[in-house]
Amino acid sequence: MRKLIKNGYLGLMLFFFYLPIIYTVVFSFNESKSLSSFTGFSLKWYEKMIHSHDMLSSVFYTVAIALLATAVSTVAGTVTAIGLSRSGKKLRGIVSQVNDLPIMNPDIVTAIGLLMFFSTISVKKGFLTMLLAHIMFCIPYVMLSVMPKLRSLDPNLLDAALDLGCTPMKAVTKVIVPQITSGIVTGALISFTMSFDDFVISYFVTGNGVNNISIIVYTMAKRINPSINALSAVIIVLITATLLVANLLPILHEKIYKQKGI
Amino acid sequence: MKSFKLMTIPYIIWSIIMIILPMVMILFYAFITKGNSVRQFIFTFDNFLKFFSDPVFFDVLKRSVYIALITTLFCIILGYPVAYIIARAKPKTSAILVLLVTLPTWINMLVRTYAWRSILQENGIAVALLTLMGIKNVKLIETEFAVILGMVYNFIPFMILQIYNSLSKLDENYLTAAADLGANRVQTFLRITLPLSVPGIVSGITLVFLPAVSSFFIPKLLGGGQFVMIGNVIENQFLTAGNWSFGSAISLIMAILIIISMYITRRLDAKITGDGGDDK
Repeated sequence: MRKLIKNGYLGLMLFFFYLPIIYTVVFSFNESKSLSSFTGFSLKWYEKMIHSHDMLSSVFYTVAIALLATAVSTVAGTVTAIGLSRSGKKLRGIVSQVNDLPIMNPDIVTAIGLLMFFSTISVKKGFLTMLLAHIMFCIPYVMLSVMPKLRSLDPNLLDAALDLGCTPMKAVTKVIVPQITSGIVTGALISFTMSFDDFVISYFVTGNGVNNISIIVYTMAKRINPSINALSAVIIVLITATLLVANLLPILHEKIYKQKGI
Repeated sequence: MKSFKLMTIPYIIWSIIMIILPMVMILFYAFITKGNSVRQFIFTFDNFLKFFSDPVFFDVLKRSVYIALITTLFCIILGYPVAYIIARAKPKTSAILVLLVTLPTWINMLVRTYAWRSILQENGIAVALLTLMGIKNVKLIETEFAVILGMVYNFIPFMILQIYNSLSKLDENYLTAAADLGANRVQTFLRITLPLSVPGIVSGITLVFLPAVSSFFIPKLLGGGQFVMIGNVIENQFLTAGNWSFGSAISLIMAILIIISMYITRRLDAKITGDGGDDK
């Protein structure tokens, strides 16, 4: 009986979590505009999506900005973190406190700050401002994932490399980076998803027709428009597939290693 | 070590420009009013007075806090059992369950909130189901219920994960010891499990209350145009009215509100876990 209640409750909550997702995917194939009954299978909303310039360009901007922001912030965050690991405690403390600002602040506060900043220095709002904003909120996450890895490194290793005649540059790339790769990868993954999913900050700093997927969904949602379901379904499938691969790969690796007897 | 210090300089300059400067601008604009000439700024408290003297804005503030509190409460009540079940499951099952709970959060919040908008619509699936069950003429969309549902839906995974984290660290020996000493399940839960999971609840509250109180697309998509929360007012001031000073003042008020509530939660946490310590 206890088990039944437990599983029942868990099932109910999981149903609650997945209902909107399943609903979106199912109704993206609905033939009619109906919200409650499935009248027949059709791909017409996907066709509409492909012919919608706004939707396609939003996918392009989302992916482009996510990739660029991830690349820049992963490199910048890692470099800064390595530099900080060899700097004074005071500097480290100040930088991490500054980094806490975009992490702890509600998105909308960060967003209006950037909006006023970009408007004041009169940069044209659009791709560049959105990219800069994304880099700004991604770097702290990269540093957060890299810093603990750096802290657990043996500082003598770097000193040894330097004593043995490595240039600092070489010491970093050959000695430090290989040991903190997992932190860098985590940081990059977090950056990518943060950028890919961002709505609030992008919405405030963009302009001139440059919209990401979130902004398109928000502006189109005022009227019921099933092609949003099609766009959503594509995103859902893409993200679920990526996550499953990301989660299954380590398990697979482990299995392969075990079979090899390592 | 000079070259290592040099590596930090670009980011220090970047963060002064991109992080600190925008925050300073919010502070600056919150306390000024534009003078007659174009480049004249006058220091003032008017923006704050305007907010607190106008009952409309004060109501919005009260509503935002109320909605965020209810959301947080529901996240705890509904999320705790889930976290508890996951924490007590076998390692493999709990890993799968954690994945199942986190998976939806990776999918764009706007996308999921839009789905709820369709589900709760007047001719949507939820109303149709209720009608089948004999409950007729209910309005779900553009109600307080819809907004709270949307918020609980979006933020409950954070609460579950935080509580799960603290529950999974719980030493099983405490539970065995309690059982050996004659405590029943309820006593064990109330005197051991619950107090030891308070840190998880507290960080969960932070992760739920903060985005809930400042959210503006959930009230807009699920509450309709009339349902205004503080985030919507800020959005309007910046994107429609173009009143940066008033908008900045409101976001400062919101930030202070959040800091105060964080402080209260931390104090509560210290008090509860502190008391738990005295019992030992």
